[in-house]
Amino acid sequence: MYPKDLKYDREHEWVRAEGDVATIGISFFAQDQLGEVVYVDLPSAGDSVTAGVSFGEVESVKSVSELFSPVTGEIVEVNDALSDSPETVNEDCYGEGWMIKVRLSDTSQVDGLMDADGYQEFLAEEA
Amino acid sequence: MRGDDLRERRIGTLIFELGAEESRCVEPPRADVPQVDLQAALGEQVRTVPPALPHVTEVDIARHYERLASANFGVDSGFYPLGSCTMKYNPKVDEWACRLPGFAGVHPYQPESSAQGALELMWELQGMLGEIAGLPAVTLQPAAGAHGELTGLLVIRAYHSARGDSRKKVLVPDSAHGTNPATVAMCGYEVVQVPSDERGGVDLEALKGLLDTDVAALMLTNPNTLGLFDENIARITEAVHAIGALVYCDGANLNAILGKSRPGDMGFDALHINLHKTFATPHGGGGPGAGPVAVSAQLAEYLPGPVATRDGEGTYSLSIPESSIGRMRSFAGNFGVLVRAYAYMRAMGRLGLAEVSEQAVLSANYLKELLRQAWPLAYDRVCMHEFVLSGAQMRKEHGVRTLDVAKRLLDYGYHPPTVYFPLIVDEAMMIEPTETEGKATLDRFAAVLLRIAEEAAENPDLLHGAPYTTPVRRLDEAAAVKRPDLAWRPGPVVGG
Amino acid sequence: MRFIPVTCEERAEMLAVVGVDSVEELFADLPEDARLARPLALPEPMGEVELAAHLRGLAARNADSEGVVSFLGAGCYDHYIPAIVDAVVSKPAFFTAYTPYQPEVSQGTLQAIYEYQSMVCQLTGMEVANASMYDGATAFAEAALMAVRITKRRRVLVSGAVHPEWLETLRTYVEGGAAVVEAVQSREGVTEAKALTSALADDVAAVMVASPTFFGTLEDVPAIAAATHSAGALLVLGANPILLGVLESPAAQGADIAVAEGQPLGNPMSFGGPGLGMFACRQEHLRQMPGRVAGRTVDVDGRPGFVLTFSTREQHIRREKATSNICSNHALNALAAAVYLSAVGSEGLAGIARSCISKAHYFADALVATGRFAREFAAPFGHEFTLRYRGDVAAMQSAMLERGFLAGLDLGRTSSDLAGLVLFAVTEKRTRVEIDRFVAEVGAL
Repeated sequence: MYPKDLKYDREHEWVRAEGDVATIGISFFAQDQLGEVVYVDLPSAGDSVTAGVSFGEVESVKSVSELFSPVTGEIVEVNDALSDSPETVNEDCYGEGWMIKVRLSDTSQVDGLMDADGYQEFLAEEA
Repeated sequence: MRGDDLRERRIGTLIFELGAEESRCVEPPRADVPQVDLQAALGEQVRTVPPALPHVTEVDIARHYERLASANFGVDSGFYPLGSCTMKYNPKVDEWACRLPGFAGVHPYQPESSAQGALELMWELQGMLGEIAGLPAVTLQPAAGAHGELTGLLVIRAYHSARGDSRKKVLVPDSAHGTNPATVAMCGYEVVQVPSDERGGVDLEALKGLLDTDVAALMLTNPNTLGLFDENIARITEAVHAIGALVYCDGANLNAILGKSRPGDMGFDALHINLHKTFATPHGGGGPGAGPVAVSAQLAEYLPGPVATRDGEGTYSLSIPESSIGRMRSFAGNFGVLVRAYAYMRAMGRLGLAEVSEQAVLSANYLKELLRQAWPLAYDRVCMHEFVLSGAQMRKEHGVRTLDVAKRLLDYGYHPPTVYFPLIVDEAMMIEPTETEGKATLDRFAAVLLRIAEEAAENPDLLHGAPYTTPVRRLDEAAAVKRPDLAWRPGPVVGG
Repeated sequence: MRFIPVTCEERAEMLAVVGVDSVEELFADLPEDARLARPLALPEPMGEVELAAHLRGLAARNADSEGVVSFLGAGCYDHYIPAIVDAVVSKPAFFTAYTPYQPEVSQGTLQAIYEYQSMVCQLTGMEVANASMYDGATAFAEAALMAVRITKRRRVLVSGAVHPEWLETLRTYVEGGAAVVEAVQSREGVTEAKALTSALADDVAAVMVASPTFFGTLEDVPAIAAATHSAGALLVLGANPILLGVLESPAAQGADIAVAEGQPLGNPMSFGGPGLGMFACRQEHLRQMPGRVAGRTVDVDGRPGFVLTFSTREQHIRREKATSNICSNHALNALAAAVYLSAVGSEGLAGIARSCISKAHYFADALVATGRFAREFAAPFGHEFTLRYRGDVAAMQSAMLERGFLAGLDLGRTSSDLAGLVLFAVTEKRTRVEIDRFVAEVGAL
């Protein structure tokens, strides 16, 4: 449920870093808490994001959660397919359910995030 | 054979799908003056495509809405213990009264001399509400509770502004109704959340830590949304006043304290009163309600206008307070609702209203005792007119959620309590019986809920699939958002 | 007590179960100094017979539309209400129900709302409509707040020709913090084009107009829409729902958000409330729309059904970030409007509009012909019009009231600049006989 090759933050986003580009989505835990995702509000390519600052929203029928960026940089790609099939976030949260790709201002920022074990410990503490 | 009768009975058949092109109900009156040429009178703006409205006969309308009504549940259908909504019985004489031509057929701009009865009713109602609130000045203008909140906070803002004080924050407890923070934001204030303590009241120490001279007001519901009277109310209002801020009371739960305690005497500066809760006016499937606001003497000049006044000769009129925040809406208020509330208050009188609260509180405590064996109480205290149970344990033990319990209640012919509110209680179920239900109703309801608790243990899937007997079963709410169908449009027949 | 069915004996049993000796013990959490030590200073209770007589007595002290012939409008109209309307809204299953939060037992309310929304879309030409707001004025104000959210701009321009109470409500709401409101002056009873153009800039969120205006005149909406859109602002148009039977829809005229006071559709005047705030917009702006929305979906067995949807916009979920604080709306008034529109149909609505307009034009011409009144504005008008009276308006009105007529609205009451002007409204209920009698009487004053 928590792939080893990803990094995680305390707001339940995951990050996959490849070179200076990071792909961002929400964790299994986050999508499970939300229930069926019906709407994802994402920014546009070219917008910038800042670590710890909201970049969008994800909604189920009766709840809204803000999406917080784990990293700082410029958005290079947005997963537009989510506007037609937001349930992909539930079905494949680490694959087709990704949300944005960011060109990192500082690639070392990713190192500061939790690894899968650390994130699972964090989840255990939260519960 | 078109099978019209069967089609008409089917859930979801729209009024647009009934009748025929030539069907008519009400025709316009016969022309007794020369008919204008619309093009000549109105020019380019004349409509070319008529709106696609239903073509139906009066019989079609009568049957269509009777079918819709039969798919609805109201207070007259049965027990409706929806917490924080005060679903009490709506007296029929109130409905009769508001339809009297001398009320329903009065124009808001006709000369005041020709509307003295309406103005007297408003003036008397202002006075009665002020007495109940313990606050001297009342506006009847707000159309609903949230509208009253907006009115009250704008009045408080005007008060601070007049003193050259531009405060920026409003404190709201974490147990508050969503309208409170939403209203604060509409007034341009920042919302600061106040935690609750382990007794379910405002955490007094935390509150004191949040109080500074940037705080304009505290918005508080008392009794609160847990159905508990805040024992520290005097200390709370005193602490807020000490930094020059004011205290606003969300009067949603006034049904618990009529004639027992008055918000003004607790130290509140402003209060809205939901006439559609406490004073028995019907909820109408969502409205209209009315949310009059009562304020202290120092805030009176800021109230929105118009308010009803009476001169030395007993003549009534409407006037705008001196430093009014302005209008909150057109005209003087939801008069039709005011008539109903006035009729109810006059029927009950001073002792009847106190009895309302006594019975509402006794009934809630009684029902709480009957149910606590199956559902843990969120806060084990004497409650006011409502109480909150937690379904967290049931979820953990049987995988049955409060939502499932609510849906199963529908099969037994009851409207469920409020669920998942307040937000600070896990799997919350908030029950408000009101004073208009007899003991036998409460006993039967408790027996059914206890039976459902047994079902949850024996056969959780039975609850997961509920309801089974309602006109429709659980609906696909996710599909409703992902594939929005928010209005019928002419074209191919929808739904076959 | 009539509405408290618990008997004394049952009360004793309930107290025993709770484990207290008296109800007073249940109020122990109330601090001593916050308690009321005396009975409320309110009147004694009344039985239904006395109460009915008392209420009849109050009602009898008001002139009403059955006893006087009314030419008063200005936002509240004396239209005929078909009998079927009250027959439907009087059904307890509708009026004693709460907001339809449990859809399985609220299909009646939900479907009625969906059908109402559909009819509002038909009238306005818009793609989505909400389940109602409090009244036209608050719908107008909420539309401005919505435009501010959509455009992220903070200036709102409002025509000086809108109803003054709409303008005041707009100011109260918007100046609550969201934006600033600037009035654009009117000329000849309509928004002055030059003043609007010079006020428009790229920081304007919305241009707010009404057609018909407060004065009954029709605006050149397409021209206003073009100017508004060229500045990147949204056009909010206040309409009259009866006239929409014959007037081009707000969407077709270029409006982005349409609002209206829905009282004329089957709701009594009731001294000005409850009204009905009709609110509609384009699909693209749905997520910024205030208020509830019903949608059609299916249940687990695949049967069609209705739910409240897009609720994440609302206060109970989004709290301080909600699109509005509105919770209770005017659902029963919306039901009345839906029944009304079903009863009259599109030809009926057009016929009623045409009847009102024809009678208004006949009346206006006849009043001018007396020599006591003069046309004030050249712009076209529908069923409401403004005339200048050559004499004392207040004296004329009180003389006419004695003769059984409500002789329009003295506009001098709303603003001293408008002294001498009278706003008349004519509905399909008025007859030629009544009009002719009024004209003869007023001419003879």
